[in-house]
Amino acid sequence: MAVKSAAKKNISLVKSLHNHFTQDDLLQQYETMMTLRRFQEKVGSLYQQGYMGGFCHLYIGQEAVVTGAKAASKEGDDFITTYRCHAHAAISGISMEEILGELMGRSTGISKGKGGSMHMFDPEKHFWGGHGIVGGNVPLATGMAFAAKYREEDRVTLCFFGDGAADSGAMFESFNMAALWKLPVLYIIENNHFSMGTAKERHAAGEFYKRGEPFGIPGQKVDGMDFFAVYEAVSEACEHIRAGKGPILLEMDTYRYKGHSMSDPAKYRKREDVDTIKKQRDPIQRLSQVLAEEYKVKEDVFKEVDKKAKQRVAEAVEVALDAPKADMAELYTDIIQENKEGE
Amino acid sequence: MAMIKQTYRDALRDGMSEEMRRDPEVFLMGEEVAEYQGAYKCSAGMLQEFGPKRVIDSPITELGFTGLGVGAAFMGMRPIIEYMSWSFALLSSDQIINSAAKTYYMSGGKVGCPIVFRGINGLGKMVAAQHSHDYTNMYANCPGLKVVCPVTPADAKGLIKAAVRDNAPVLVMENERLYGMEGEVPEGDDVLVEIGKAKVVKEGSDITLIGYSMSTLQCQKAAEMLMKEGVDAEVIDLRSIRPLDKQAIVKSVQKTNRAVVVEEGYSFAGIASEIMAVISEEAFDALDAPVARLSLKDIPIPYADHMEQASMVQAEDIVEKVLAICKV
Repeated sequence: MAVKSAAKKNISLVKSLHNHFTQDDLLQQYETMMTLRRFQEKVGSLYQQGYMGGFCHLYIGQEAVVTGAKAASKEGDDFITTYRCHAHAAISGISMEEILGELMGRSTGISKGKGGSMHMFDPEKHFWGGHGIVGGNVPLATGMAFAAKYREEDRVTLCFFGDGAADSGAMFESFNMAALWKLPVLYIIENNHFSMGTAKERHAAGEFYKRGEPFGIPGQKVDGMDFFAVYEAVSEACEHIRAGKGPILLEMDTYRYKGHSMSDPAKYRKREDVDTIKKQRDPIQRLSQVLAEEYKVKEDVFKEVDKKAKQRVAEAVEVALDAPKADMAELYTDIIQENKEGE
Repeated sequence: MAMIKQTYRDALRDGMSEEMRRDPEVFLMGEEVAEYQGAYKCSAGMLQEFGPKRVIDSPITELGFTGLGVGAAFMGMRPIIEYMSWSFALLSSDQIINSAAKTYYMSGGKVGCPIVFRGINGLGKMVAAQHSHDYTNMYANCPGLKVVCPVTPADAKGLIKAAVRDNAPVLVMENERLYGMEGEVPEGDDVLVEIGKAKVVKEGSDITLIGYSMSTLQCQKAAEMLMKEGVDAEVIDLRSIRPLDKQAIVKSVQKTNRAVVVEEGYSFAGIASEIMAVISEEAFDALDAPVARLSLKDIPIPYADHMEQASMVQAEDIVEKVLAICKV
């Protein structure tokens, strides 16, 4: 029932957001989400075919969070996230070729094959990783925001982490400092309902969006499966933060369709539960519904977008597969950042 | 070069202050660094000079404020993060090792981390086991970090300045018992001590004594006592553990043909075992006797003064060990 009323709210919301989104704009967002989905699906199948190893955490189901947040943030804002980072890297502008290259240990990988699935970075594109320790990126984001405030720069740090990390002391310590010093950071909990294999009800007491309350950090629970809801919440939050009013906490109620990582068959939940979410809340379906009903976009347009997404992914796979293995000459580079002459 | 006489803590303070005057991107954050003027008064007057924007009291949450410092360093700032003790900093070891040390490599050289972590390390005086531990070997074990252990006021100043200017994360291991010690410090804003260079603090020909931090002082004291026994010992102060000045160690051992390593910490998988491995690998043929080591006793450090003293390496222990070796 709650889901239904949320969907209804979105239809009314989109009317109020008409000024923001032309049909082309919205179709662009749809294409972004569809490309992320097809990309992650392809990564999953390539992993199963043995093209990559180690840990691999897919983002399928959560696409509206990163897409809505990107649309609502400004050029120059910084993104930082956890090990489930492929979509955040891609939406920041790192190419699928570079991401796939990294996943396959190729010389074209964004981290020269030295980071892998969990560690991708590109400061020029304001993307700061890609961090493997649960909760570890939250203090880092807080420090990035500290630097922005210190330098009096107009930039917001968007810090993404999961419901598992939301239990960590690192998060609470960060909240304390960010609130105390009014740092320009937006904390986004992507609550996909599982801390690895432990359901929210079994790992977390109380509500996530209230976890900033003791520090005076305003919190809000957002339908993270709805592009518009994410967009609206992140826009308002960023406005508050840019005004120098300190951090905001958003809990995105979302869902991951796959296991925690590729090695997780997700036996801790019923298949029907996942199917129900897919049927009722899928973020891509819901955006297409709005486009069809409100913007009268025809079915063949969606098909065309999907075709284009698959094609784009296929091209990236081809490029990645053609690239040589990561260069052994890089094995002993980038360990210590040397000072340049005269520094 | 003009010299001034000052304490280790003042030398540290002057080193940090000079770097903060030189570079507006340097800030000092830690427990009690601002209003209180430093838990050990190492930042006396800095709040007054630089203001609360750049000298910042942190909550007692080492994991959080260390991560904050690392995040700021990713953005190119040059934070100095002070710990009241490296024992407390264990809580921040995730951010030091997983974030500060490894991100440069994991990002293929895209994200650097020019940061300094500093505070007291090793044994203080009667503060019991949880405040008495040398963590030098733990951090020196990790690629991506630099670890320095200044023992003189001049080195404290020269190394803290070099650490701030270094593009890599540098850990400065200090000691409470050193803070009040005085020494000659060269004047001048650009007098740095190169990280990775050991120093021969006393030349000798019969045996090499190798120390770092407080253990260097014990080696020096032992060398004086040994003179009366007719043994001319050379003393090397490592100053930097990572990178390690292997060349200085090997060169000295090739001259003296004997060595004793004295460490601040426990022997198991410690600094001395590393130095002994270096000598074994690179100067084995020069040895006239097996290399020996003296370490902290293998126990959690007790509180009572006499028990604490008994757990530490004393100059007399070094003398005894050296005489046994030289008489072989």
